[in-house]
Amino acid sequence: MLKIEGLTATVEEKPVLKGIDLAVPAGEVHAIMGPNGSGKSTLGYVLAGREGYEVTGGSVSFRGEDLLAMEPEDRAAAGLFLAFQYPVELPGVGNASFLRQALNAVRRKRGEAELDAMQFLKLVRGKMTALGMTEEMLKRFVNVGFSGGEKKRNEILQMAVLEPSFCILDETDSGLDIDALKIVAEGVNALRGPERGMLVITHYQRLLDYIVPDRVHVLLGGRIVRSGGPELALELEEKGYGELQQAA
Amino acid sequence: MASSSRLPEVTNPAKQAPAVPAPLLHPAVAAYLARHDGLADRLPGHRHAWVAALRRRAAEAFAHQGFPTRRNEAWHYTDLRALTETRFDEPLVAVDRPVMLPDGIADAGAPRLVFLDGRFRPDLSDLEALPEGVRVESLGALLEAGDERVRTRLGALARLDASAFVALNAMLAEDGAVITVTAKPEAGARLHIVSAGSASGERPVAFHPRHLIRLAEGAGLTLFDSALGEGATAYLNNTVSEITLEPGARMTHVRLQAEAPASFHVSTVFAEVAERAEYDSFALATGARLARNEVHATLAGPKAAAHLNGAQLGDGARHVDTTTVITHAAPDCASRQTFKSVLAGRARAVFQGKIHVHQAAQKTDGYQMNQALLLSPEAEIDAKPQLEIYADDVKCSHGATVGELDADQLFYLRSRGLPLAEARAVLIEAFLADALEAVRDEAFRAALSEATAAWWARAHAEAGA
Repeated sequence: MLKIEGLTATVEEKPVLKGIDLAVPAGEVHAIMGPNGSGKSTLGYVLAGREGYEVTGGSVSFRGEDLLAMEPEDRAAAGLFLAFQYPVELPGVGNASFLRQALNAVRRKRGEAELDAMQFLKLVRGKMTALGMTEEMLKRFVNVGFSGGEKKRNEILQMAVLEPSFCILDETDSGLDIDALKIVAEGVNALRGPERGMLVITHYQRLLDYIVPDRVHVLLGGRIVRSGGPELALELEEKGYGELQQAA
Repeated sequence: MASSSRLPEVTNPAKQAPAVPAPLLHPAVAAYLARHDGLADRLPGHRHAWVAALRRRAAEAFAHQGFPTRRNEAWHYTDLRALTETRFDEPLVAVDRPVMLPDGIADAGAPRLVFLDGRFRPDLSDLEALPEGVRVESLGALLEAGDERVRTRLGALARLDASAFVALNAMLAEDGAVITVTAKPEAGARLHIVSAGSASGERPVAFHPRHLIRLAEGAGLTLFDSALGEGATAYLNNTVSEITLEPGARMTHVRLQAEAPASFHVSTVFAEVAERAEYDSFALATGARLARNEVHATLAGPKAAAHLNGAQLGDGARHVDTTTVITHAAPDCASRQTFKSVLAGRARAVFQGKIHVHQAAQKTDGYQMNQALLLSPEAEIDAKPQLEIYADDVKCSHGATVGELDADQLFYLRSRGLPLAEARAVLIEAFLADALEAVRDEAFRAALSEATAAWWARAHAEAGA
């Protein structure tokens, strides 16, 4: 589903990704683990198409298409979703209208009928209940005045509404207490399925207790230095990244 | 007695010498003066000496001032050459086709007065549902009748020396709305004035509507005031409004300027706000080649309030100017101003806001905020806040910000599937939202939202071209 080959990228002319090779088949959840500054978030942004992250080499194919040639909105329409580590606040933009506009933009691109306000409300209400969110959050401006946990839940709500085929979760566990973490993880697990791939970016193993990955990759200095099964996450938790850093 | 005293006043000013000798006059000024002389026996009310005398005084004031240049401080940022180099005719021929109002404007759901090229058109207006306590008359008809009430009201606030455009308006005004309100605010009286520029002929035309609005003690009115136009021919809409709010009156003035792209729009509003009265205005400007919205609000009695909010949206090579002068002449008054500018292409905006606090105006509470969003590197805004304070116990503040669309916010929206243009539109709308929210009348607010969306569709198409 997602195939990354020899990907290199710079941020402000500084090389951050130095040759990533990674393939995530449909139906699988892969975790990317690594210490701060290893390039984890950069990888997420490069895949989502953020400006200022310059790809200098390699390729990414997504469902057979050249992902890197697409505009960010086209990547979203094609089914890619990045849950932000730091969700952006949009003062003056109502959460409900934002969600509906995003959904309809994606549906339009996919050649599906747009939803009217009533149809949308019906859809979103169900998803919110599952995430333990109150409807009041729809009336607020996007992420403005949201607690850390509310912001992350709002990201998962967007994901649930847009139903992407591939989800990238960037440090979704950061800033969450254990209860919020469980709710968010349940939301993510509910979206797991044979047609959907996921890339879970995290510093800590904790999230992977709740979202159990099929594969774990360790990103260090802009390269994947080790890959393994879920047990690799436990090993890293125990030993830390130090040993791998020395080896690298 | 009345008839005998009036008799000597009936003279024909056209037979008198031209108002002013012509050497040294700017050709545009001379042309307008010649127009006054030529039309003197055709303008409404010309048979009444006081009307003719008023026009002559206006002609003298206009000749004396001439059109302002950039050396004039109040016009330093707005170059009028494009306006003064255009020769405008009078719209002498009546236009007989219907006026197409954009959606939203047509649906505003209020009794409507329509002025086409500056002339009241009862056939296009809809005044059947005029609420009780709201009287609407045509200035042209009242002038023609020599109505004494107009004599005391016309020019009472809009002094001839206020600006060349005020004098020009007084010299050539043919028509306008004379609105007198006694309805209480609870009655929820609403009214809609539409000024449409037809730009129908091949030659540019100029018109100079004069509106006189008076709210009696404790009265209330929500007025939607829209200036629209179509076509590619230039025209000049030079409107002057004189608004008098008697003690405790409350007026909400929602204004939309969506003139045709080749037009010139100069609007000068004078509002005098008495004790405990409140003037609350929102002005949205989306059109015209060159537009100046000038508002003079005077807080004349204790505890009076004025809210002047608005937004000006520029695209292409348009020039939009908002100039406000708030005079605090009495104690315990409050004024609030929030103006936003959004500029695309090579558009240029001006915001000049002056708060003038008289010595007697203790406990004044004045606030002014001016925010601009520049969508293109070639767009420009000139902002000039001015505080002139002669009282010692006052609270006055002002602020200005200029910025671009936030790259993180744009990426966030795009990452959720919104195409770039739509993402930009969302952020522009959000930038304007807190200003627009001040408009409480839902139908009028919806009309403004539609005008905003139409502006963005145009600005975006231009940027893409």
